[in-house]
Amino acid sequence: MREELLKIIERNSRIDLKELAVILGTQEIDVVNELQALEDEGIICGYHTMIDWEKTSIEKVSALIEVRVTPQRGQGFDNIAERIYKYPEVTSVYLISGGYDLLVTLEGKSLKEISGFVSDKLSTLDSVLSTATHFILKKYKDHGTILTKKYEDTREKVSP
Amino acid sequence: MRDMLSKQAVGLKPSGIRKFFDIVSEMEDAISLGVGEPDFDTPWHIRDEGIYSLEKGRTFYTSNSGLMELRQEICNYIKRKQGVDYDPKHEVLITVGGSEAIDIGLRAVINPGDEVLIPQPSFVSYEPCAIMAGGVPVIIELKAENEFRLTAKELEEAITEKTKILILPFPNNPTGAIMERKDLEEIAEVIRKHDILVMSDEIYAELTYKEKHVSIIEMEGMRERTILINGFSKAYAMTGWRLGYACGPREILEQMTKLHQFAIMCAPTTSQYAAVEALRNGDDDVREMCIAYNQRRRYLMNAFREMKLSCFEPFGAFYVFPCIKEFGMTSEEFAERFLAEEKVAVVPGTAFGDCGEGYLRISYAYSMDNLKLAIGKLADFVEKLRREKA
Repeated sequence: MREELLKIIERNSRIDLKELAVILGTQEIDVVNELQALEDEGIICGYHTMIDWEKTSIEKVSALIEVRVTPQRGQGFDNIAERIYKYPEVTSVYLISGGYDLLVTLEGKSLKEISGFVSDKLSTLDSVLSTATHFILKKYKDHGTILTKKYEDTREKVSP
Repeated sequence: MRDMLSKQAVGLKPSGIRKFFDIVSEMEDAISLGVGEPDFDTPWHIRDEGIYSLEKGRTFYTSNSGLMELRQEICNYIKRKQGVDYDPKHEVLITVGGSEAIDIGLRAVINPGDEVLIPQPSFVSYEPCAIMAGGVPVIIELKAENEFRLTAKELEEAITEKTKILILPFPNNPTGAIMERKDLEEIAEVIRKHDILVMSDEIYAELTYKEKHVSIIEMEGMRERTILINGFSKAYAMTGWRLGYACGPREILEQMTKLHQFAIMCAPTTSQYAAVEALRNGDDDVREMCIAYNQRRRYLMNAFREMKLSCFEPFGAFYVFPCIKEFGMTSEEFAERFLAEEKVAVVPGTAFGDCGEGYLRISYAYSMDNLKLAIGKLADFVEKLRREKA
């Protein structure tokens, strides 16, 4: 049940517990226990909401920043990653294989705020060698959800 | 002009679904539970392969039997799933949907007056195809108390000197019934004893929710007397691609291929290339869709229990077949009133044979949100009918 449960709540964390039990073919109490166990084991790390900020009147700018760094002896990339992820405006930090080391995503109110963060805080860190900032212009799909189009049922209404 | 039309064609009853469709399509805002095809889009990698084949200019006929590559993949698939071997050169034919395979399969084996055993409720094409092939349809009425499975006793009673072939439509549209191994073993014994053929329509084979699908071809002595029909519509959500196939003994497939050659030439080339990709890399997609259908199936069964609507638990396809006999109206009356009063379309059981009277086919090839909305309306309607009766 674990994998199926995780897949369902990954798409819809607000699903009713009773309904969850029904569609998994199990009892509500078992679902509650399993969710608790998944939280305790750190497998479920949070329940977030996907928001298309574009559709609100709130100004937001997101950017992806490629960061090349010098790894430290005994620490690898962990220290520098931690220094970066502690900034609240940083939404994610990934260690990446390929042409650069860390991929940092950032949210800010304006281009100016983001470029300020990069020039003042990120590139001045000792082990940062270089950065390349990519501003996100439009989100087509995020977390498996297509943002630009609504599903439309185009099937014939009745068929054999 | 006198006698312009074929008496046989004119004599065929129009599909009960068609009639209902005409009413529903008039209503702009109707919610439907009447669809007999998946709600998923064809997985992108399969569509992409179709597009790629067009880009590469593969726009010509294939061989009459279909792409060798695809026939080989089909044989691999059946070997993998059922453990039965077919020869891709002589024992496989790619058709325009499972529907074409039903039609030419019957025409390939029937002589005038041969009886065709058709268990009902079942898909709407068997009876007219049997008639147009010159056969005489003999209906076996499946029963709710047997979970709409075909029993050896029912089969035995329907067989006469003239019986030529049994159509075996499981997992079943519209009931959702399946046949398990022991059921098929009993059936196979009767079939061997009376030396008749089988047309096994397994288009919903991938969609079972109890145990893995079992085919009649796995039973002793059945491969050589069975026309196995399957296709890509339901498993891979490819209804519009119109692609199915038949496998069977070489003698029968030779005749089917001839009919196919004269009537159709070959199945659509683009679809065939896409289907190769589906069989090679589509297992995960099928599994994901199957899990989603099963969740919806459980949701519906629970909803019926809560509204105390009698319904046997179906373990196949994507239909449930609840009983509405308690309301004292025909399936058609129920469906028409439900549509008029709640704007929800379901298909009356009688569209799939007279013995579907007292039942409705409800499809769960819909999103959970859509199902919840429609089932809420069904609960209200059922309440209303019960109050009227009280």
